[in-house]
Amino acid sequence: MSKIFPPPAPPVPPPHPPPMGLIAELTHRCPLQCPYCSNPLALDPVASELPSEVWLRVIDEAAAMGVLQIHFTGGEPLARRDLAGLVYRAAKGGIYTNIITSGVTLDDRAMAALKDAGIDHIQLSFQDIDPTENDRIGGYKGAFAKKRAAADRIRGAGLPLTLNFVIQRHNAGRVAEMLAFAELLQAERVEIAHVQYYGWGLKNRAALLPTRAQLEDSTNVVEAARERLRGKMVIDYVVPDYHAARPKSCMGGWAQRFINISPAGKALPCHAAESLPGFDFPNVRDVSLAQVWESEAFRRYRGTGWMPEPCRSCDRRELDWGGCRCQAFAILGDAGLTDPACELSPQHYLMAEAAAESAAPAPAFVYRRLGVLVS
Amino acid sequence: MPSALSEAESAAVPRFGAGMKLRFDQVRDAWVVLGPERLFLPDEHAVEVLKLVDGTRSVAAIAATLAEKFAAPAAAIEADIWPMLQDLSARGAVRL
Repeated sequence: MSKIFPPPAPPVPPPHPPPMGLIAELTHRCPLQCPYCSNPLALDPVASELPSEVWLRVIDEAAAMGVLQIHFTGGEPLARRDLAGLVYRAAKGGIYTNIITSGVTLDDRAMAALKDAGIDHIQLSFQDIDPTENDRIGGYKGAFAKKRAAADRIRGAGLPLTLNFVIQRHNAGRVAEMLAFAELLQAERVEIAHVQYYGWGLKNRAALLPTRAQLEDSTNVVEAARERLRGKMVIDYVVPDYHAARPKSCMGGWAQRFINISPAGKALPCHAAESLPGFDFPNVRDVSLAQVWESEAFRRYRGTGWMPEPCRSCDRRELDWGGCRCQAFAILGDAGLTDPACELSPQHYLMAEAAAESAAPAPAFVYRRLGVLVS
Repeated sequence: MPSALSEAESAAVPRFGAGMKLRFDQVRDAWVVLGPERLFLPDEHAVEVLKLVDGTRSVAAIAATLAEKFAAPAAAIEADIWPMLQDLSARGAVRL
């Protein structure tokens, strides 16, 4: 009997809804050397970068899958000579196109090429509102003036403008000036984004992490400005979770909404996941984006089935998705544990101890450079 | 019962925020609003309103069109869509 009627197959889970966004890290090359760069400590060398034809195929697959937005980033995405061509292909496929740039190489020619290609939006990063400090943090003399000129070019091209300010202990007291600057430039949107402590940021944590009082000051400034500028300028605010009681919903949950492709073609649920051991992340040179989305690496921490306690029975489990897997690994050495940023984590005290370091004098930066020894 | 709109509110002309696009997504079989590093999945009521946002129609004109389409009193529709438009405005999707 059992040979004729095999036992019923286990139910196949329904396919996960398609990704909303594709983060295309085109290159790790960058003229700036910010000590909190979100790139991994081990940067991809230029020789390993995906060729244009692979990116074009990935973009076509993304459009077919239902990806709604593509974020061209890096490193500095303008370092890729084929950027405008990639933007054109994505825009043609109906994908909303965004570039995240330092702006220092956004000259008239680059701006015109991107505009012609159909770029929808550009996010321009600043390291500080104080030009000298801006240039010191980025390790690039004259960067502030070039960024200011880039902002005018973006406006001149008739594109919506987002300014991104990265906040850390040296500039946390200048958030009001940053917002005033964004208002002056009539930016539609500004990101006041505290450093996230992974990779280079984690390496430089003692030099960057603000005190709780600094964080609270910046939060108050942002909340007052949001009230004042409602309907005029959108302010997105990102906090460092070292002073938090609950973790962030990192990437909207592991492999729930995004695919991130590294310069060398590795497909990751977020830009920091490359640091996690024990994963065989697929490479878009070998597999399609649809295969990436259903790969073991993407399914491993998707949803709630993987969760240990205290997440498993927590009523916030589908709000924060257990927090950040990379932070659990970075602090606890196990990506499958509750994010220690959560006060319900038995290891939450490790975050509090690190936060206490923020009261000590700041050490010098370790600048982000290709070829820096990884220790 | 939501209160009636002021004259200025009825005369307001909503338009999409800079960089905001209303698009039909074939894969999800749904309308989406795409914008600078954000997206919205509007419900069916919001979709009906957003399809009429063109930078020339006033709130009153949008309500009148919907009143005809759904055979409902325009004043009630105005009162319904105003808080929706204000919410979309706070998120940067539309400007009022």
